[in-house]
Amino acid sequence: MNKILLIAKREFLSRVQKKTFLLTTIGLPLIIFVFYGMIIYFSVKTTDNYKIAVADNANIFNGKLFNKGSEIVFEFVHTPLTELQKDLATNKYDAYLFVPATYVIEGKDSLQFRSSKAMGIMTRDKIQSRINKALEEKRLMGLNISKSQLDSLQEEKETINFTSANGKTENETKVGVSYAVGMISGFMIYIILFIYGTMVMRGVMEEKVNRIAEVIISSVKPFQLMMGKITGIGTVGLVQFIIWMVLVFGIQFGIAMLFPDLAGQMQGQPIQPAGMQAAEAMKNSGALTGLMEGLNTINFPLIIGCFIFYFIGGYLLYSSLFAAVGSAVNEDPQDAQSLLLPITMPIIFGMVIMMKAVNDPNSSLAIFGSLFPLTSPIVMMARVAHGVPEGVTYIQLALSMVFLILGFLGTTWVAAKIYRIGILMYRKKATWKEMLKWTFRNN
Amino acid sequence: MEKILELQHLKKYYATQKAVDDISFSIEKGSIFGLLGPNGAGKTTLLRMITGIFYPDSGVINLDGKVFDPLNDILKIGYMPEERGLYKKMKIGEQALYLAQLKGLSKSDAMEKIKFWFKRLEMESWWNKKVEDLSKGMSQKLQFVITVLHEPKLIILDEPFSGLDPVNANLIKDEIHGLAQRGCTVIFSTHRMEQVEEICDHIVLINLGQKILDGTVDNVKQQFKENKFRIQLAEIPQNIVSNSFELVAQKEKQLTVKINQGSRSNDVLEFFLQQNINIESFNEILPSLNEIFIHLVEGTNSTTRAFQTINA
Repeated sequence: MNKILLIAKREFLSRVQKKTFLLTTIGLPLIIFVFYGMIIYFSVKTTDNYKIAVADNANIFNGKLFNKGSEIVFEFVHTPLTELQKDLATNKYDAYLFVPATYVIEGKDSLQFRSSKAMGIMTRDKIQSRINKALEEKRLMGLNISKSQLDSLQEEKETINFTSANGKTENETKVGVSYAVGMISGFMIYIILFIYGTMVMRGVMEEKVNRIAEVIISSVKPFQLMMGKITGIGTVGLVQFIIWMVLVFGIQFGIAMLFPDLAGQMQGQPIQPAGMQAAEAMKNSGALTGLMEGLNTINFPLIIGCFIFYFIGGYLLYSSLFAAVGSAVNEDPQDAQSLLLPITMPIIFGMVIMMKAVNDPNSSLAIFGSLFPLTSPIVMMARVAHGVPEGVTYIQLALSMVFLILGFLGTTWVAAKIYRIGILMYRKKATWKEMLKWTFRNN
Repeated sequence: MEKILELQHLKKYYATQKAVDDISFSIEKGSIFGLLGPNGAGKTTLLRMITGIFYPDSGVINLDGKVFDPLNDILKIGYMPEERGLYKKMKIGEQALYLAQLKGLSKSDAMEKIKFWFKRLEMESWWNKKVEDLSKGMSQKLQFVITVLHEPKLIILDEPFSGLDPVNANLIKDEIHGLAQRGCTVIFSTHRMEQVEEICDHIVLINLGQKILDGTVDNVKQQFKENKFRIQLAEIPQNIVSNSFELVAQKEKQLTVKINQGSRSNDVLEFFLQQNINIESFNEILPSLNEIFIHLVEGTNSTTRAFQTINA
C-alpha cells in the first residue's frame, strides 16, 4: 500500500510539475472563457445612444415610450418613410420604427423596424420588449383594464402546472436544462475517460520502452506499479477538475463584476439600476430567466456528487484496461491503435446511448446503458440530470453504482494479469488472443 | 561454506518452450558466481524467478537458508536486469531516491546511502541532471549504484559491463570484488567469457533450459583440458617421434604437443632431455572458457530454439 502511494506520488508530481500542466489546466479554460466572454460581451453590449426614430402615424404610443436611463432613445418624428430612409443613410438615426396610419392595434399587422447596422441580440430584445410592453398596455387599456389590475394579473402567472406522477413540477425549460446538463456532463465523462485513459497508457508504454519497468518490478509487484500509476494520474485528473470548477465559478463571479447587465440576468435579481432594467427586459422576453429558473430546479449537489463518482468509477474501470494495452505494445505506437479498438468501442457506444438517454431517460436502452458498467459512467449522467427519481429511480442508481464498482474490480483483475506479463515482453506486440490466455494463466 | 542461494529442480514452461527445465544449483555466500549461456538459454527467466518477478512452475528456491519469499525478501536482493533503463525526464538524485524508497528504505536512510555511493563513484555533481543528459556509460554507472544501494546480500548483475569504457568497467569490477569481500554474493550473467574467467569463482552453464556445466573455473578447465603442452626449445631436433606424445603444431622453436593416454608430462621432458636439448619453457595449455563454451553449445540447436514447439 505504502509503495502504491509512493508510485502515485511520483506520477502525480512528475505531471503536475510540468509546464504543460499549468498551461492546460489554467490556460486552456481561460482562453475558452475569454473567447466566450468576448462573444457574450459583444452580443450584450448596446451601442451608446442607440437613436431610434418612431414615426407613429397611427398614434398608438401616444408619444410615450419607456426612455429613461437607457442607451436606447426613442424619438418621435413625423417624417414620411422616404425621409426616414434617408436619415438612416446619413446616420441621423440608427434605426426607425414605422407605424402606418392604417395600423390597428388589435389586428395582426406588423410594424416595420429597420436599422442601419446589425444589432446585438440583447439590443433587439430590449427594443422589442419595450415596444411590446407599450403595445400590450395599450391593448389592455382598450379592454378597460387599468394598470393596477394589469399588475395583479401579471403576478398570477402559470396557472397551469405540468406535473409528473410523483407530484413534482415540470416545465419546458426545466426539461431543456436537464437535457443540456445531462449532455454536458455525459460528454465530459466521455472526454475524461479518453484523456486520462490515454495518459495512463502512454505512461505504461513509456516505462516499458525506457526499460525501467523491470528495474521497478524487482522492487514492487506489477500490480502495485499499475495501481500507483492509475491512482497518480487519477489524482491529476481530479485536481485538474477541481481547478476548473474553481475557475468556472471564479470567472463567473468576475464576469458578474465586469458586466453587471449580464449578472443581473444570470442571478435573476437586480444588482443595480442598469441591471434591474435589463433583468426586467429579460423577464419579458423570457429566455434567460427561464433558463435560470430551470437551472434552479436542477439538483446540483446530486449531479456533482454523481459526476465525481462516475468520473472516478469510470476512470478506474477503463484506465486499468488502457494500462493493459500499454503493457502489451512495444516501441511502435501504431500497435496501440488496433489493440485500443475493443476498449474505445464501448466508450463510443456509451456516448451514443447517452444521446438517446438525455431525450428519454426511462427508455429500456437508457436503463440498460446506465446499468452496464462499461457504459454507465456516461449514460447515467444523462439520466441523473433529469433528477432522481424522475430520470432514474434510486434503486437503479444504487445498482448502477454497485455494478460499476464490481466492473472496476473485474477489469482491474483482468488488466493486472495482462499487465504483469506484458510489461516484461520485449520486442513483440501481444495479440488479444495472447492477452486473453494470460488472463487465465495461474502465475 | 554457507549457501546464500539454493535452487532445487526449478521449472518454468512457456506455451512454446521449456524456458527453464529442471535446474538445480547452489551458490556460496561471498562468492562471485557466473551464470553463463547462449542467447535464449533461459538465463533471464531463471534470474526473474530468483528475483521473484516470475513464480516457478515447480521447484524450490531457498534464500539465506529460508524458503524465498518474494514479497519480503526484496531488500535482500539487488537486481540489475539486462533490459534496463531509467526515467529520462527525472532528475538523477530524485530518481535514485525514488527507486531506493521503492525497495523499502526510509527517505533519510536512502538519502544517506545515495550520498555515500555518489561520493564514492564521483557522481555528486550529477544530482540535478536528467538521465537524458547522461552518456550510456554514465547511466550504467547510475544503474549499478541503484542496484547495490540498499546493501543487498545477493546482487544479480545481467551483462553489467555492456556500454562501459575500460576505465569505468574496471571501477565497477573493483566494486564487485569489494562487495564480495564484504560478504555480498554476486551473480554475474553474461556471455563475455574473458570477464567471467577474470572475475568469477564458480560458474554454471545453461543451454536449452538445462544445466550442462557446474563447477569452479579451475575445475571446469581441468575437466575440459586436452593434455596439451607448449614447449619452447633452444633448437629443434631432427625427428620428433615418441610413444608418449604427438606433435600438434610447430611455430619456429615452439612446439605444441598432446600427451597420449597413459603418459605423463615428465615423459615429454625426458624425450627432449635425452637428446640434450635445452628446454626454455614448458607449460600446460588449459582451454579458455570461451573454447569450452563454444565446444558445448555449438551443434546444439540453441539458436533456433525460439521457433520450436515443445509438447510439454
